[in-house]
Amino acid sequence: MGKTLAEKILSTKSGAEAKAGDIVVAKVDLVFVQDTTGPLAVRQFRAAGFEHTASSLEAILFLDHAAPSPNRELSNDHMLLRDFAYQTGGMLSDVGEGICHQIVAESLAKPGDLVIGADSHTVTAGGLGAFACGMGSTDIAVALGLGRTWLRVPESVRVSLSGRFPSGVFAKDLVLYLIGQIGADGATYKALEFSGDSAGAMSISERLTVANMAVEAGAKVGLFPADEATRDYLSSQGRGDHYQPLFPDDSADYGQIIDINLAGLEPVVARPHTVDNIALARELKGTKVNQVVIGTCTNGRLDDLAVAAKILSGKKRHVQTRLLIAPASRGVLLAAMRDGYIQTLLEAGAIILPPGCGPCLGLHQGVLASGESCLSTANRNFKGRMGNPEAFVYLGSPATAAATAITGEITDPREVL
Amino acid sequence: MLTGRAFKFGDNISTDQIIPGRFAHLRSNLPELAKHAMEDAAPTFVARVKPGDFIVAGSNFGLGSSREHAPLVIKMAGVKAILARSVARIFFRNAINVGLPVLLCHTDNINDGDELEVDLKAGTIRDITSGSQLTFSKIPEIMLHILDEGGLLPYLEKYGDFKL
Ligand code: SF4
Repeated sequence: MGKTLAEKILSTKSGAEAKAGDIVVAKVDLVFVQDTTGPLAVRQFRAAGFEHTASSLEAILFLDHAAPSPNRELSNDHMLLRDFAYQTGGMLSDVGEGICHQIVAESLAKPGDLVIGADSHTVTAGGLGAFACGMGSTDIAVALGLGRTWLRVPESVRVSLSGRFPSGVFAKDLVLYLIGQIGADGATYKALEFSGDSAGAMSISERLTVANMAVEAGAKVGLFPADEATRDYLSSQGRGDHYQPLFPDDSADYGQIIDINLAGLEPVVARPHTVDNIALARELKGTKVNQVVIGTCTNGRLDDLAVAAKILSGKKRHVQTRLLIAPASRGVLLAAMRDGYIQTLLEAGAIILPPGCGPCLGLHQGVLASGESCLSTANRNFKGRMGNPEAFVYLGSPATAAATAITGEITDPREVL
Repeated sequence: MLTGRAFKFGDNISTDQIIPGRFAHLRSNLPELAKHAMEDAAPTFVARVKPGDFIVAGSNFGLGSSREHAPLVIKMAGVKAILARSVARIFFRNAINVGLPVLLCHTDNINDGDELEVDLKAGTIRDITSGSQLTFSKIPEIMLHILDEGGLLPYLEKYGDFKL
């Protein structure tokens, strides 16, 4: 029997013949924390008696969730993480550099790596063929010290993609549709492995969007093969030497196969308060929206800003709808300035936030008022997610977000394209 | 043997409801943070819960963010175990790592306020109020060992490494 992508990577990292269902102890390549989970990880690291991070791994601390800090408590947490980085020699990605998952994808994760982060959307790097999954602070602290973690090798679900996206339909619509089909716990403890010609035709940014949301179906990882698109992306980031091809074996055992024809998809929106509560964007016409957010680790990349700028070019946001843009990283912001997207978005009435998580988790920068609705390109619409349990969060693609910003109500982007 | 009352919750209780992101500034001040446990799922939870009580939930409890503060504040509120039809995977690991048992079982017939008696070793739950008996499923051995030691750090102190 051949191996799935998950089995292949975990076999290499554990030095054992890892099959779905096995428990393995595996060597980790990259371990990171962010500013809301890092302080506890640092305290647990010290409580466990560790002084140095394991020399076999790269350790990175990201200040991205509260960036810049809105209050002294979080400023003190930032100071704790900066000090830890200086003391241990860990890398620090300070306020303004961008969201952990984006920087991991741009600069750090390699195909075949085992990446663990103290953040649930660590799965994003699965778009590059890394076995990347989120854990809590204590697991991360122990992995930082030992250089190893334990994992149950997940069963893999194959998501086989065919066809091409119709105009106005994007990777975000695909993943929202998939979660709507299988449910918010449809892949719990499992790996979602994407395959098929249409997966191969997807850009790395699109793959990152899809992998990012694997956790919203409960999955441990969302994996794409590492292929020529991966090689080209890594080269474009100046790290072509990080490439290695990685594909599942033809005879691998996939317990479940889901076929999706991209040509049959339409723009999809997740309604409050669960990600699997999906509807077609056109069915929600008339739903008033007070704030639109374009950004986050799901959809804050250059192609996302490009789509939004194209739709908003020469137009103005609706007078009653605030438009917040948070580029996922400094690199994305610089490229978007170079390409003129930031100018276009500002002229359309947008507010440009610093690279980082922005309003995604309700800490700062765009907390909603009671009764208000937001359409966001993020990955979560849970009750209270954007800082107010009496507010309503809808999720959609950057195109749906841009179209909605113009009309002030949820809008199928095909109406304005 | 653990005894206490059931606090019943539905499906898909997220870590954002268990300990909302808007309290992130309290994460280095756990006693203050714990005052907000379960706040967006049941605003009066902390005032009503008594040491030894249980959280009884439907499916996919603890989905969402990796914040370990979620099981931590539940434990600090006095909850002795979480009974659920299913739990999200990061929350599952985190709960075990902080020494909070998670018992996977059919919770549909347990009602809010029922008196429960849990035998962790035997794997059984008796609903004293309704007179019914349930069993919960086994968790991986490594998690049992971590739980036996009271969490991942005491486990590591004892074994020095992961033991399979
Ligand atoms: S952008 Fe949102 S989902 Fe992504 S890491 Fe930041 S807070 Fe989490």
